Amino acid sequence: MTIRELLELIEGEVITENIDLDQKVKMGCGSDLMSDVLAFTHEGTVLMSGLTNPQVVRTAEIADIKAIVFVRGKYPPQKTIDLAKEKNIPLLASKYTMFETCGRIYASGLPSCGVFDLTTRQWEDKFK
Amino acid sequence: MKAEKDDLAPTITKLKELTYEIKIGQAMTKDVITVPPHTTMCELREVLKANRISGTPVVENGQIIGIISLEDLINAMGVCGPISTKKNGEDISKIQEKNMASVRENMNMTTVQENMTLNPETLYADEPLASAISKFNKFHYGRFPIINRQEDLVGIITQSNIIHAVLQHLEIAYYREEIHDQSSGHVLEDIIADEVKLILRYHVNAEDFDHAGEASSRLKKTLHSLGFHPQTIRRVAIASYEAEINLVLWGKGGELQVEVQPSQIKLETFDTGPGIENIEQAMQPGYSSAPEWVQAMGFGAGMGLPNIKACTDDLKLESTIGEGTHLKAIIYINEI
Repeated sequence: MTIRELLELIEGEVITENIDLDQKVKMGCGSDLMSDVLAFTHEGTVLMSGLTNPQVVRTAEIADIKAIVFVRGKYPPQKTIDLAKEKNIPLLASKYTMFETCGRIYASGLPSCGVFDLTTRQWEDKFK
Repeated sequence: MKAEKDDLAPTITKLKELTYEIKIGQAMTKDVITVPPHTTMCELREVLKANRISGTPVVENGQIIGIISLEDLINAMGVCGPISTKKNGEDISKIQEKNMASVRENMNMTTVQENMTLNPETLYADEPLASAISKFNKFHYGRFPIINRQEDLVGIITQSNIIHAVLQHLEIAYYREEIHDQSSGHVLEDIIADEVKLILRYHVNAEDFDHAGEASSRLKKTLHSLGFHPQTIRRVAIASYEAEINLVLWGKGGELQVEVQPSQIKLETFDTGPGIENIEQAMQPGYSSAPEWVQAMGFGAGMGLPNIKACTDDLKLESTIGEGTHLKAIIYINEI
């Protein structure tokens, strides 16, 4: 899914300028907890989050996350935007809640990063 | 547009390099169709048509005595009138006149031997493609027979063979480059020594959330420059980031030290913070002693130490209450 298509699905806006809207994302992840993001995401993920402090950008950089969507209209402070520009990570804004933003994207076919098997208590990556 | 030009330049150089690297023997067609000298031009036409080729060497007793092509076939027919062409130093208009009388009858009678080019240009199989390319440029023939150093016919080369060989090698070269680029720290391996260790040290300040994670970001870039595989870099970066955040959250700041070797990367943090009361408990996924304000920042999910454990091959955590904590983790580099 391209970032352009994603923006349409969530009726969203771009926060950082000069984004290549034709970049593709392979999977999605919705989380406000950064350590969860590090444990379970993969390269090429789009992250939906309500966390707006600069650490969300740092986490994205470490985890090779392609883009960040701030949900329920949360707008990040300048520190976060500046860091995102420096690290070249696109920031987008969605007017929908976390639940609806993720739902809209997932329903259109963007897969999740994996699944946790409750019986074996193991995390299974969808993309190796 | 500057980027485009830079993209092309290495490809063109690579192409040139390949034309010297690839030998004619690797590019040529090995099953050569040949005809004996007494073949009639009608029979030749069938041979060319059936094999979809435009010319063949003429062979007698295993030796190449000439080469015959479509052009020779057309000239032999002479239907538009004799063309005053010299072939092998002789005027061929007599043959063409003969042919004009009854083209079909004469095509049955005139042989390859009468129409072929003697002493064809050949190339040796062990010569580089560059030689073939120069020859094509010089002579404008469609094909050259290829011989070995004992002068036996071993193949034939056309410009199509050359294109195929170069494309195939370009693909292989690109693939090999990609793989080599991803081998473990090839920059370190280029250093000739009995043992190579690169030590990186970062000072992490206490409660500096704006810069927390910056050391790990720099480490990640460094590992990339050193040529480590993206998977390795990811493991180290995540472990480092979590360890760095712990230093800021709990350790009252401290030192992050990374020892890089071609076979493994060792990650250590040292702090003089309050220490960890129950290490086993701290290692449980989801367990966190983070106060509200930390959780509000997105931390305190309780995944920090478990994440480090998941990303590394060997983890040791030592802590003394009131004195500090020492974390040591090793990531072994697997050969891809």
